[in-house]
Amino acid sequence: MSITEILFYAFSGVLLVSAIGVITARNPVHAALFLVFSFFNSAVLWILLEAEFLAIVLVLVYVGAVMVLFLFVVMMLDIKVAEVREGFTRYAPLGILIALIVVAEIGSVVYVKTLGQEVTPVTQVAAEAGYSNTGALGELLYTKYLYPFELAAVILLLAIVAAIVLTMRRRAGLKQQDVGAQVSVRAKDRIRVVKMPPVIEAGEKQS
Amino acid sequence: MSGVPDFVNTLLPFLPEWIRAVVFYGVVALILFVSVILTMAFLTLAERRVIGSIQARIGPNRVGPGGLLQPFADVLKLMLKEIVVPTASNKFLFIIAPLLAVIPALAAWAVVPLWPGFAVADINAGLLYLLALSSAGVYGVILAGWATNSKYAFLGAMRAAAQMVAYEIAMGFALVGVVMAAGSLNLGEIIEKQSGGYFSYFFWWMIPLFVVYFISGVAETNRAPFDVVEGESEIVAGFHVEYSGMAFAVFFVAEYVNMILISALTAIFFFGGWLSPFEGYPLPGFITAPGFHWLFLKLAFFLFCYLWFRATFPRYRYDQIMRLGWKVFIPVTLVWLAVLGVFFAYDIGPWSK
Repeated sequence: MSITEILFYAFSGVLLVSAIGVITARNPVHAALFLVFSFFNSAVLWILLEAEFLAIVLVLVYVGAVMVLFLFVVMMLDIKVAEVREGFTRYAPLGILIALIVVAEIGSVVYVKTLGQEVTPVTQVAAEAGYSNTGALGELLYTKYLYPFELAAVILLLAIVAAIVLTMRRRAGLKQQDVGAQVSVRAKDRIRVVKMPPVIEAGEKQS
Repeated sequence: MSGVPDFVNTLLPFLPEWIRAVVFYGVVALILFVSVILTMAFLTLAERRVIGSIQARIGPNRVGPGGLLQPFADVLKLMLKEIVVPTASNKFLFIIAPLLAVIPALAAWAVVPLWPGFAVADINAGLLYLLALSSAGVYGVILAGWATNSKYAFLGAMRAAAQMVAYEIAMGFALVGVVMAAGSLNLGEIIEKQSGGYFSYFFWWMIPLFVVYFISGVAETNRAPFDVVEGESEIVAGFHVEYSGMAFAVFFVAEYVNMILISALTAIFFFGGWLSPFEGYPLPGFITAPGFHWLFLKLAFFLFCYLWFRATFPRYRYDQIMRLGWKVFIPVTLVWLAVLGVFFAYDIGPWSK
C-alpha cells in the first residue's frame, strides 16, 4: 500500500466514524462538532485528490461560517433529549422504510450507470508540476459556465433577501440608535444658554 | 519551498523517501514554531513596556537585564499553577478548546513567505488557506465558552461567534482587492507583484481596503478596542473566565500568535512583505536588498499599532461593533472593489504594466 492509500483509508475511517457520531450523539452540540470533524476529514480526502481549492473552500465556508452559526443556534437551544426520543419506537418503522427506499434508489442509479459498461478501476493520474486546480476551476467558472455561475449567485442573493424579509418585522416602541442623527446633532439642539443678569441680594457679600 | 534539499538525502540515505520528507519538514516546522513562540513571548513583554511608556509608567524591568526575562518568569509561573476544571463543565471540550484555538493560529504560519522564495509550504491557494484557518480559530473560543457551563463564559462565546463571522466577511472582501491586483492567491507572487520601491505597494491604491483589513484584523484577534469577548467590565473575562494555569496561557499564545500573523499579513498584502522599500536607490546592499529584515520591520510596526490602539481607544459597545462590521466595512470594501474594477478597466495603476 502506498502512503497515499494509507492516508486515504485512515481519513475515510475517521470520516465514517464521525459521520455516525453526528446521528448517534445525544447532545446536539456534540453532533454539530462531529459534523465539523467530518468536514475536516472530507477536506483532507479532497486534498489527496489534488483538489486543494475545493478542500480549502469546504473548510472556509462550512467549518468557518456555516457551522459556527449552526453551533451558535444549537448552543442556545435547551433541548430535552428525552422529549426528542419520545416517539422513537412509534416512528421507527416509517423511518426504516424511507431509509430502505433511499438505499434502493441510490443502488439503482449506480446500477443503471454501470449497465453495459465494464468497470475500469480508476487510476490516479498525478497532475504535472505547476498545475493549479484553483486556476483551472476559475477558468471554467468564468468562461464556459459563466451564466450558470452568475445565476447560482443571484439565487443565493435572493435567498438571503427572502430570509431577511420573512424574519424582519418592526416592533412598536423599539429603541434604536440612529447614528446619522447622533452625528448631525449640534450643540444648540441639546442645550440652551440663557443670559441672566446677576442678582445680588442685600446683605450678601460679593466674593 | 519545493522538495527536500540534497543535503537531507545525503545525510539520511537509509530512510525511505517519504520519511525523509517528513523528517525534513518536521524540523523546518519546529524551527518556525519555536521562532513564532519566542516572538510571541517577547511581544508580551513589549506590550507591557510600550503601554507602560504610553501611560508614563516603567513597566516590568526587574527580571533579567531591562526585564528581558520577564516572559520566561511568566511562563514558569503559569506552568506551576493548577488547572482547575469546573465540576459542571464538559471536561473533554474544556481541555481541548485551548488547543483548538492555538493549532490554527500556528498552522497558518506554514504559508507565510518569510524571505524571497521561502515559505514552509508554498501552495497555490495560500491566501484561501489563511482565510480558512483564521475562521477555524473561532472554535476554540466558542467551545471554551460552552464547555465551561457558565453564563459569563457563554456570553463571551456568543459574542465571539457573531464578531468573527461579521469581520471575516469584511476581511475577505478586502483581500479580494489584493487578489485582483496580484492575479494570484500565492502569497509569494502577491509580494513579487509589488516590487519596484515603496510607491508600487498595493497600499497606495487600496487605502480603504487596508484600513478595513487591519481594523478587521484587530477585531478578529479580539484585541482592544474590540475585546468585548473578554470584556472585564461586563462579563468578567468572557470565555476564559474559568481557565487557569497553562490552559489559560494557551489561549493567550493563540491570541498573540494571531496578532503577529495579522501584522505579517498586512505587511505582505499591502506593504510588499520582504521587499525593500528603497529598491533601486544608491544605498548599501542590505537596505536595497529584499529579505527577512524588511518583513520583520514592517511586522513590528503593525504590532506596535496593536499596542498603541490598546493604550489609546476605549472599548467599543457590542452593538456598535456589529454595526461597524456589517454596515460600514462591507459597503466600503464593495465600493472600493468597484473603484478598483474601473482602474483595471482603464489600466490605471501599477498592475497595468
